[in-house]
Amino acid sequence: MSGNAPGKKKPTASRKKAAVAEAPRPSAPKQREKSTGLHIGEAAPGVAKVDPIIVADGVRRTFGGLTAVDVEHVEIPRGAITALIGPNGAGKTTLFNLLTGFDKPDAGSWVFDGSSLSGVPAFKVSRMGQVRTFQLTKALGLLTVVENMKLGAKGQKGEKFWHSLVPALWRAQDDEIEERAMRLLTKFKLDAKADDFAASLSGGQRKLLEMARALMSEPQLVMLDEPMAGVNPALTQSLLDHILDLKDEGMTVLFVEHDMHMVRHIADWVIVMAEGRVVAEGDPVTVMKNPAVVDAYLGAHQDVDLGVVTGRYGDGKAGAGVTAAQIEAEGRAELEDEEK
Amino acid sequence: MTITRSALARRVPRTIGVLLALFTAAFAVILMTVSPASAAPSADGDPYRVSGNVQLDGEPLEGVRLTIDGPGGLQEVVTDANGQWKVGVPEKNETYVVTLDEETLPAGIAVVDPEDDTPNVKEAEVGQGGRVTVNFFIGEGERHVTSFFDQFVQRSVTGISFGLMLALAAVGLTLVYGTTAIANFAHAEMVTFGPIVVGAVAAAATAAMPIEAALAVAIVIAIVLSAGLGLFLDVVIWRPLRRRRVGVVQLMIVSIGLSLTMRYLFQFFIGGGTTQLPFAAMEKIPLFGVVQMSWIDIASIVISIVVIVAFALWLSYSRVGKATRAISDNSPLAAASGIDVDAVVRVVWVLAGAMAGLAGILYAYYRPGLKWDMGTQVLLLMFAAVTLGGLGTAFGALIGSIIVGLLVELSTLWIPADLKFAGALFILIVILLFRPQGILGRRERIG
Amino acid sequence: MDWLNILSNSASSIISPATMAYALAALGLAVHFGYAGLLNMGVAGFMALGAYGYAISILTFGFPWWLAMLVGLVASAGFAFVLGIPTLRLRGDYLAIVTIAAAEVVRLLFLTTAFDPVTGSADGLSGYHGSFRDANPLPDGNYGFGPWVYSSDQWWVRIVGVIALALAVVLVWRLMASPWGRVLKGIREDEDAVRALGKNVFSYKMQALVLGGVIAGAGGIVYALPSAVNSGVYVTSLTFFVYTALLLGGAATVFGPLIGSLIFWVLQTLLSNLLPAMVQAGILPFMSQIQAGTLRFILVGVALMLLVVFRPQGIFGNKKELTFVR
Repeated sequence: MSGNAPGKKKPTASRKKAAVAEAPRPSAPKQREKSTGLHIGEAAPGVAKVDPIIVADGVRRTFGGLTAVDVEHVEIPRGAITALIGPNGAGKTTLFNLLTGFDKPDAGSWVFDGSSLSGVPAFKVSRMGQVRTFQLTKALGLLTVVENMKLGAKGQKGEKFWHSLVPALWRAQDDEIEERAMRLLTKFKLDAKADDFAASLSGGQRKLLEMARALMSEPQLVMLDEPMAGVNPALTQSLLDHILDLKDEGMTVLFVEHDMHMVRHIADWVIVMAEGRVVAEGDPVTVMKNPAVVDAYLGAHQDVDLGVVTGRYGDGKAGAGVTAAQIEAEGRAELEDEEK
Repeated sequence: MTITRSALARRVPRTIGVLLALFTAAFAVILMTVSPASAAPSADGDPYRVSGNVQLDGEPLEGVRLTIDGPGGLQEVVTDANGQWKVGVPEKNETYVVTLDEETLPAGIAVVDPEDDTPNVKEAEVGQGGRVTVNFFIGEGERHVTSFFDQFVQRSVTGISFGLMLALAAVGLTLVYGTTAIANFAHAEMVTFGPIVVGAVAAAATAAMPIEAALAVAIVIAIVLSAGLGLFLDVVIWRPLRRRRVGVVQLMIVSIGLSLTMRYLFQFFIGGGTTQLPFAAMEKIPLFGVVQMSWIDIASIVISIVVIVAFALWLSYSRVGKATRAISDNSPLAAASGIDVDAVVRVVWVLAGAMAGLAGILYAYYRPGLKWDMGTQVLLLMFAAVTLGGLGTAFGALIGSIIVGLLVELSTLWIPADLKFAGALFILIVILLFRPQGILGRRERIG
Repeated sequence: MDWLNILSNSASSIISPATMAYALAALGLAVHFGYAGLLNMGVAGFMALGAYGYAISILTFGFPWWLAMLVGLVASAGFAFVLGIPTLRLRGDYLAIVTIAAAEVVRLLFLTTAFDPVTGSADGLSGYHGSFRDANPLPDGNYGFGPWVYSSDQWWVRIVGVIALALAVVLVWRLMASPWGRVLKGIREDEDAVRALGKNVFSYKMQALVLGGVIAGAGGIVYALPSAVNSGVYVTSLTFFVYTALLLGGAATVFGPLIGSLIFWVLQTLLSNLLPAMVQAGILPFMSQIQAGTLRFILVGVALMLLVVFRPQGIFGNKKELTFVR
């Protein structure tokens, strides 16, 4: 890890969230401390970061006449969990595709970890340490779970055509990779399924597999496109913990998510997009209070909970009666919690 | 078109059952009337031979170009160092027209025959032996030349006529692709089916009525049965597969299997030879410049244009036509907004069948002659047209077809005639290199 | 009916050069379609280039037989490479249309009279056997037992065919058991996912296209070894027959293509002998012997349809393991 993410709090006594208990949630992740002090100056769209891992400038992508992405300047902080949120059609996934080389912008440049990524094909982006997952899970169904994992490892000698014909050249490395894959699978509680076809996994297990597979390449930056979409509530907790673990292990995480409560719990920084632009940035609590964000999401219906509009507010208890004021109260409670 | 509307309006399953029964019965009757195969199935390598020797005063002339026209299409050949030439032809007991290109003779030399107005054009009949020799009298004299411009005009007209015919078949192919995602290789056999019915019905009906009436009746029956074939295939094969949610690659391979099945079924019943439809050998009348056409050629162009315009209007303005485009655009969305996808797809199959059958009849006059694998010969050109225009867009298929038609005919100005299909296919590959989505297609978004 | 003759002919086809040629072509197609998910509909073109490359090298350039074989393989590899550059970025169904079109272009180029001195146009090429037969280590005479009695030249063709097939099988088997094969199978399942893991998908597809193309080209050479080369053989139907053979055995397996080709040819030989004989014996009424000959191709089409819908994993495959390539 970069180690120089300043302002990262020293571990203090872990706390139970008192305030959170008021509003029941589908899943209550164990609260870990957030990284703060990531930005320089006022938290506004395009604000400079103390230690950015990605810096993007003037990235534009149009489809026909429609501008899907038009980002003037944005920086992603290193060593933190950044959430990319916004209403449907805001251009989040398109921005993801652009940053990872899966799509080409009409204009713009961006830098990952000091090297320019404009025009770099997707597979090279991945090799540089920036790995992504997909909104619609891409488990490789007719490969076994462990084969899926081994595919994620970088620099395999046996993946070269002529080398692959001489097992002696790659057997040792392959065994090593398998060992690492099994360790990760154990951590993700998929080890029992190692020799099953990935097609036999449940939707949530596939999400876990995809994330674990991405980790096989030992990335610096993990980009998750809606990691929670379609995940069984029973698995949500473990998925959240895994994402938080990534940060503890020194990786940077950027994720797209609709579930505001998840965002609030695990994100250190939130970037809000609407109609292709970055409309707000900040820590989760302040961003949710930002009128521009409420506008972007709700238009006129400002008395509805963001969680209801944008995500699956799991247990149905939080109906439309939850007000924006409540969200604020909740947020404030969390903030106070944070500062204790 | 009225048939299809009523087929859609009455969505009673029993109606379909009755239609199917009628169709099957009619098909059976037609197959009964067809005489069993007599000719041996011909290999694809054109087994019969037209050849000759071009000499001037006993000295061989090298590099003289000759064209040979007849069943199997136009071919071009150049004499070798011994002044000899030969081409393979697919049919025997047929007449081929051999034309010597006088421009390729040495200066001041021409084909001379005082008895003949056009001594450089000869007819040759390939008899039972499957071989025929054609020689020309070469000497000093005046040439019969067609200027480059005249050739250009002539071939452009032929190309547009061919393109329109291709378009008739291709729009069906592309609509089926757009609405059902099937790249239907068996479309070739839907093309072949039309002329086969015409041949069978016309042969049977000439006993009862004058040949003109018999042909008209035969064409109407053929188009109705072609439409029925489309419906039949949808009900028996494609709809059950849609229900099973069979993948697109599997669907494509099923269509290949269906194509093989139908093609060899045709060969089973009509044999491997070429049969001519009534009036195939109609005299050409001069129109303007060097352009000559028979009444059948003219009718073919007019029919193509009328049907394509009617189809375009239907697609643009009718309720079902709009629904068709909506499904091509986004099938789940169309289904969600209350369009009965199955019913529309059924209409598409019926229309595709009818238009393919009609195109096949016109193609049988263009080639000329009907043959069990005639549809397969143009299948790739249809795919080329459809791909050029952008898979799934009907208007793209129209433009693509005309481009392909022109390419095929005009390319013979520069490359040997037996490579004209190759040229068109090559250009397809090159265009896809620069514009994979076709001319009117859209680029797909990733993610 | 002469049952003995019918059965003997069918049994003989087990080791016929045609069976081996189909097995090689199907194995190449298994690399393309079964393992890499590339919907190559131009198998006939690869085979044509192998066969013509071999024959033309001998007849026109006077190469020895082994160098001519190499030329045939290189021609197929080159075709794969040239075809791959524009097409590997295309979606599956576009790829199918472009490959089938390219194979037709190749066939028409061999058929045209423009290159008659080299290609023999409609007559094809023959009489290129001299140097190959000279290299035959077997003494003259007929060998074998039962239905498998062949002359020493016929045995020589079969031996070379078996060696080529064995080499190809071992090669494909080794590759598919390696990390290289793992990447390829991953690409078949979802190429974007593999790209996101840092693999150069285009490069892998190209390698697979060339490898499969070379194996299919070897099939073309084996097909040409015993008699002659004719462009009428390399029509799109050949591609479809190879698909049928492949799907019979199972697309994503090493031995499936072999078994499939075997079944395909034994059945074809059996039916082509049996059906006309049945007509002659009056068992199949209402049809002529020629029609009975056509019947077996109708059955191929029906078999292909039924296979792909009901047993996409092949007749011996395990449904759980091999569902169909999407």
